Order: sequence, then C-alpha cells, then structure tokens
Amino acid sequence: MSWQPRAELSVIRERARVYRQIRTFFNTRGCLEVDTPLLMPTTNSDVNIASSEVLCGDRRLYLQTSPEFAMKRLLAAGSGSIFQIGHAFREGERGRLHNPEFSLLEWYRVGYDYRQLMDEMELLITTLSLRQCEFSRVSYRALFRQALSLDIDEIALEELRAECARLVPGSDPAELDFDQCLDLLLGMVIAPTMRGYQFVYDYPVSQAALARVNAHDASVAERFELFFDGIELANGFSELTDAAQQRVRFEADNRARERNGLPRHAIDEQLLAALQAGLEDCAGVALGLDRLLMVLLDLESIDQVLTFRD
Amino acid sequence: MIGFFLSATTMASYSTNEFRGGLKIMLDGDPCSIIENEFVKPGKGQAFNRVKIRNLKTGRVLDKTFKSGESVEAADVIVTEMQYLYNDGEFWHFMDPESYEQQAADANAVGDAHLWLKAQDSCEVTLYNGSPIAVTPPNFVELEITDTDPGLKGDTAQGGTKPATLETGAVVKVPLFLEIGEQLRIDTRSGEYMSRVKK
Repeated sequence: MSWQPRAELSVIRERARVYRQIRTFFNTRGCLEVDTPLLMPTTNSDVNIASSEVLCGDRRLYLQTSPEFAMKRLLAAGSGSIFQIGHAFREGERGRLHNPEFSLLEWYRVGYDYRQLMDEMELLITTLSLRQCEFSRVSYRALFRQALSLDIDEIALEELRAECARLVPGSDPAELDFDQCLDLLLGMVIAPTMRGYQFVYDYPVSQAALARVNAHDASVAERFELFFDGIELANGFSELTDAAQQRVRFEADNRARERNGLPRHAIDEQLLAALQAGLEDCAGVALGLDRLLMVLLDLESIDQVLTFRD
Repeated sequence: MIGFFLSATTMASYSTNEFRGGLKIMLDGDPCSIIENEFVKPGKGQAFNRVKIRNLKTGRVLDKTFKSGESVEAADVIVTEMQYLYNDGEFWHFMDPESYEQQAADANAVGDAHLWLKAQDSCEVTLYNGSPIAVTPPNFVELEITDTDPGLKGDTAQGGTKPATLETGAVVKVPLFLEIGEQLRIDTRSGEYMSRVKK
C-alpha cells in the first residue's frame, strides 16, 4: 500500500516558506488576509470551466473554481485591498500542469488597474524567488504577430482554421470557433516557444472573462496572464465593476453553455447586487501556487508539488 | 442475432477525460492505442487533449488533437497470450492455451514477428473484433543456426561477427566461432544475438 506523500519533504518545506513570505509581503503592504467559503450555492458560468457539485444534505452546492465572486462581495462591503491563499476546484482538468484541486493566491487592489497589478506581481515573484527576475510584456495581438506573423484583427475565420490545420497536424479546426482557434495556437504552438517570465496583456474582448473593456480600444479587455517558459501562472484583470454589463456577460456565458450542450448555471444575484451597491475601481489576479512552486524548484510535473493525489 | 444487436447498440465510447496510455480507441475506422495523452489549456480558454496514437493495424504513430470533453468510440481490442502452432504457407496459427480456441493471423497481422516465431512459443496476439491484427513475439527466443560460414576454432575472444541464418529464416550477426546447429538466444526487440544456449 503506497501511503507516502508524492512531494519530497524539501518541496513541502519550500511551500511553507513561500506561503509565509506571501503573507509577510501583503501584510506589510496593507492587504488584508481573508477566508471565503469553498462551497457556495452558485458558481462560475464560464463555458470553459467545469464546477464540481457537492450534495450537503438536501442542498446542492458548488466547489468554487476561484474565490473571485466572494472576494468581490467583500470589496463591495468596503474591505479595502484583500488577499487569500486557498484551494480551488476545476472538474476534468488533469495533466502534467493540472489537477482538479489546486492552490491559488488571489488578491485584489483597490484603486489599481491591471498595469499596476502587473508591477506588483513582478515584485512579489522577485521576492519569492529570492533573486532578481527578468519580466517582459507583450500584448496578445503582438504575440501572435511576432510568433506566427498573424494579424488577429484582420484574419478571417477560414484563414485562421487553415493556419491551425497547418501548424497543428492532427487537429480538427473545422469544429473550432475563432477564439478556440486562438486557444489552440497559443497553447500548442506559441506557448512552447515562450521563455522566462512573460506577461501577455490586452486579450481580445471576446476573451474578456470578468475584465473591464479597455477605455481606449474597445477591441481588447484589460486582462493579463503571466507565463513562465510558456506555463500559465496567473490571470488578472482590471475588474469589471458594472452590474448591468456583468449580467450581460453571465447571460452570454449561459447561451454559450447551451450551444455546447452544457447545463445553464444560475446567475449569482448576490454578486450582481454587490456590484450594484458599488464596487470601487480595482484590479485582481489569481496566481497558481502549485505551478509557481514547480517553477521556483524547476520541477517537471504538478505531481511533484502535491502532498497527495487521488 | 440478439447478440449482434446488443453489441451494435451498446457501442462504448470514451470521453477525453478518460484518455490514458494503453486505451484503445477507433480513429478513422482503424483501432488505435493511445501512447501519450497531454492536457493543454492555455489560461481560461478551450482545453485540448494532444495525444500520440499508434494505429494497431499499420503500427504507424500519429499525433491527434481533440477538444477536451469530446467522445471517441472505443475499439473492441484485447491483447491475449497465445501459443504459436504452425504456418500453413498463408496463415500463422495460434492457440489460446486455456480454451484451445485457435486463431489464424495473416501476413499483415504477423508483420516482422514471423522472423521470431517458433512452434510452442507464447506470443501476445492483439485481437480486434475477435480477429488477430498484430502479433508480438516473446522478448527472448531460442533459435538454431541453419546456415553460416564455418567457425574459426578458438576464436572466442575476438570481436568480429558474421551473418547467420536461423531456423525461422531470420539473419542475425553472430560471433565468428559459432557453428551450424548451435542454439542462440535472441532479443527479438533489437534482433540481436545475446548468447549461446547450452544443449
């Protein structure tokens, strides 16, 4: 019977060091540590994220895919800047870089936009790495131009599908929509060529998720991701604070879910009520701590940083 | 007929979530085995499963990318241990040592394995819809030299080699001192001579 942890004890100690340092970092920078529930009656309606359901007596609850909605309700209640270290759950995501249960650091900065949050992220990673790190920044649009000579604002869907078929042999791009084609190219072709810490920012507005649309360019959202050697570490936004727009996005999510044969999710009315009551301008980001540990320790698989895995 | 309808209507399928090495699936009408499965998801977008697949009929390895969550038809493939009996000029015959049931495999299914097949030896036979599509010989077989140049007596220390034809028709490189009639141990995966077998 194999009962021993997967992670070496040295990795378990390194995680403890990282968590201690994260807490010191935010405590000294005026961020309040919070703790929100893992089980909630509503969940993320994003078409690409699957939530696990849990039956608690006669209630059906969802394991949270991130603490985002609950933390925004705290922000609307006047918490000021907050951070949380905890677990999140995404059903069906399993692989070298994925486990359905994983660790997240999520934080929100009142008064920041996504650029200021990228600056703070650089400082945090440098602090946790115990050495100077180099960071580069590239817009989503420029990334595709540089890596593949593709102009994603001009290219037609049929042309994009042809590029997918050429660059990813064995793929079936006829089945993919525009954003799915971009996901395929980013995940399979571009990411493997990315080196070092790299922010990708200004995602197409069709991939805005919960980010604010850029005030100067309505074709992009103020969203960024941080990669290290092509491994996605973090996803952040200038947060959408408009309740009406948020409702429109939730409804669009549900229409996309229906098109994909997925069940609709009840809209989180409590989040919308909080936005209605007023959420100050803020920026927030989620950083995957398991992957960050992999990067800090130069490990190959998420298995090596998890104590146990089913 | 009832059996036929049951099997036709209860066609199994696998979701990409169930993909793992060794899983047998149908692809473009051919049974295939998954060698490697990688889950790829950039950020919040569409997830994909990139898999390396071996076509069990042709042996060819290919890359395939599925949208995560898609379903693929399962292949009715089993790999079973069978005893090799004989070759009738067209088919190679195998027997299940427990049920005594026999299977005839054609040259396509046997492929290069025919070079190492010796009666009574136990092989892995891959059955697709009940018929052989691939044969894997044991990792090591013992075969007799039926033809080779005369041995150089006492030349056991030198490194030279010469070709030797074995009872199955296979030609392997052997040390110079070996003679016709000697039994050799061969690694069938590399096709290399391992050692002499004392009679």
